[in-house]
Amino acid sequence: MNVFKDAGHLFRLAAVFLVGTLAFLGMRVFLVPKSFGQYGHYRGDAMAEIAARPVNFAGHQACEGCHADVLEKKKGGRHARVNCEACHGPLAKHADDPSVQPVKLDTAVLCVGCHEENAAKPKSFPQVASADHSTGLACDTCHQPHSPAITAGGAK
Amino acid sequence: MPGVEGFMYPNEIELQWSVLIVLYPFLTGLVAGAFILASLERVFRVQAVKPTYRLALLTALSFLLVAPLPLQLHLGHPERSYEMYLTPHTSSAMAMFGFVYLWYLMAVLVLEIWLDYRRDIVVMSQSATGWKRWVYRAMTLGSSNISERALAIDERAGYLITVIGIPSAFLLHGYVGFIFGSIKANPWWSTPLMPVVFLFSAMVSGIATVMLLYMLMTWVRGHTLDMACVDTVARYLFYTFIIDFSLEMLDLIHRIYESDESFRSLDFMVHTKLYLSHIVVQIVLGTVAPIALLALTQVLELTEMDRKRIYVLAGCLTLIGIFAMRWNVVIGGQLFSKSFLGYTTYKMGMATREGLLMAMVLTVLPFVILGVLVKLLPPWPEQDSSLLHGTTPAH
Amino acid sequence: MNITRRHMLLLLPAAAIAWKHVLAGTPESSPNYTMSRHWWSMLIDVPKCIGCGNCVRACQSENDVPDGYFRTWVERYHVSGYDIENPHVDSPDGGKQGFPPALEEGGKNFFVPKLCNHCVDSPCTQVCPVGATFVSPDGVVLIDKKYCLGCRYCVQACPYGCRFINPRTATAEKCTLCYHRITKGLTTACCENCPTGARQLADLKNPKDPIHEFLKTHSVHVLKPHMATGAKVFYNELDGSVR
Repeated sequence: MNVFKDAGHLFRLAAVFLVGTLAFLGMRVFLVPKSFGQYGHYRGDAMAEIAARPVNFAGHQACEGCHADVLEKKKGGRHARVNCEACHGPLAKHADDPSVQPVKLDTAVLCVGCHEENAAKPKSFPQVASADHSTGLACDTCHQPHSPAITAGGAK
Repeated sequence: MPGVEGFMYPNEIELQWSVLIVLYPFLTGLVAGAFILASLERVFRVQAVKPTYRLALLTALSFLLVAPLPLQLHLGHPERSYEMYLTPHTSSAMAMFGFVYLWYLMAVLVLEIWLDYRRDIVVMSQSATGWKRWVYRAMTLGSSNISERALAIDERAGYLITVIGIPSAFLLHGYVGFIFGSIKANPWWSTPLMPVVFLFSAMVSGIATVMLLYMLMTWVRGHTLDMACVDTVARYLFYTFIIDFSLEMLDLIHRIYESDESFRSLDFMVHTKLYLSHIVVQIVLGTVAPIALLALTQVLELTEMDRKRIYVLAGCLTLIGIFAMRWNVVIGGQLFSKSFLGYTTYKMGMATREGLLMAMVLTVLPFVILGVLVKLLPPWPEQDSSLLHGTTPAH
Repeated sequence: MNITRRHMLLLLPAAAIAWKHVLAGTPESSPNYTMSRHWWSMLIDVPKCIGCGNCVRACQSENDVPDGYFRTWVERYHVSGYDIENPHVDSPDGGKQGFPPALEEGGKNFFVPKLCNHCVDSPCTQVCPVGATFVSPDGVVLIDKKYCLGCRYCVQACPYGCRFINPRTATAEKCTLCYHRITKGLTTACCENCPTGARQLADLKNPKDPIHEFLKTHSVHVLKPHMATGAKVFYNELDGSVR
């Protein structure tokens, strides 16, 4: 029994460590988020939280639901595969409430974003040096944006 | 873009890890190094360094207490840092931090200090007055047994703790090296040598710090310096430094020889953006100069005065050099683009949360804590410590 | 076909109901989405990219990305002659406002859009100390903003530079493959707004997805294959000079 008497302080220390460890393990039960580990080493609820974000762009199917006439005009033209919001901007609010007016576009500044001549653009892509090509006129003076090819009878 | 040369991926332009992350491995390095020096006496029976034993332990504790602070200040959400204890991601070296730190602090350092000081603590719990008495009484954990048998048990236990403590110290600082060394995305960091280089440079800085502190405090106390002790410590510093330097040269030579896709970009960076901190401060002033100075003391028969002067100079240069090494690893690793086509600039704040001022405060803080610890747990032999006799100390 | 008023009356309610699902904003309201049925990836057709920057602007708008940080960006390459080890690359503001005319004449020039590669063996997931970033069961690498400490280890570990710290939330952030859109049957904001079809969302678990045929018939690459990250963004005709 002598050894216990002389090592008493070590046992006290061990007791302190043990209490600390148990306290930590106990707290852990309350502090770790409930959905943690559901699918892997992360909070399972996080995915639903991320997926719950509202959208800004409606997606072209939403537009085509109401604007089928525009879809018809685009068919067969060079902009057939260009989605509506690529030019018109985010329109989820408008799709939700059609009385919300979309921003009016200005073709004088919009079209050059894609069609301004640049050496790095694919050679087959239609591009012009706008200063020479349109001499200051807005693009929709001659081109109909939804079907931009200029036919023999004029654009519109 | 101001501060950017060539091309960097857009998100790379701003540095992620600041000077505080340079400071953190520096501090834990000092902890590991000081502890290894202490273990020289306890485990390897190098009697000559005994006068530095307690000081080394207290130094290690002071730096260890400050070590988490730069990390907390750097986190985007320090209030969530407890998550590392709750859900540590076992594939992440950083997740180890919480447990390795806690293990080292409680199961190694605090335990070893407690066991070595227990006799003094019990005596002081009975002789001290005022609030100090309560501090000592708490530290006794209610046991006042300082019989020979109890002290012999302490001695044995302390020996075992130190034996466990050596690999624990390696783990405490080695994992930091692994944090960098395991990042395949960054070729400046990614090398298996990184933990080893970090460890040996840590030992160098720790030994140098304890040596300087011992010389300084002995001078302040007006005592004569134990030259046999200082000469031995300096000799260990010299040997460790040679190993550290060899490892760093090995890394360098390997890079130059293999010359992989990252080499041109890194080489250019070292010769331009890192020229001052890497070539001048780390290599010439911080490694070659102290090694040469220490070599002089080993090869020539110098007077005590000359040796003291050289030790102080070499020690100071060493610490500057090891800090520069941490800087070059952490900051250097973020100055070049992972496209190997460009460089950015580190814009260090002054009075910001992660700025220069904060780094300076955190560097000074361990010494303040050490000052308190030295008063509370005097590391010097009994005849010097008036606390043991119940009177206020005269310094 | 002319849209008559009758057609409108029939179409509007259907559109409205479908739209409700999209807007409702909770996964419960997309009852048709089962995570295990999807394995998301993306296809980038490099010869089609015109560097218009629509994708960068759309992403910023859809995901509230702060200025100066990028969940996706476009790089322009200029390679002169045979020296593919030394391309000249630029990405002014991530390509958000397009690109100014090139300064160098001749050589080979092209655009490369970049984003998170949603790696299967994601190094950023490996190093996160708490499990705040993870690979979802449907193959998207996501960040749990409520759990992230902001330690920045993941930003260091990503070989592609696609992660950043959002200054407003002080947490890590990156492309989520518009998880909030793809779980509702929409495509990502960048793919929706790409005028040339250079970017296309792909579901590797969907046998009808055109990517399967594309992968079989085209020369396809991933970025930094030597990193073995299991990247799932596939690039058609990626030049050897791309970093």
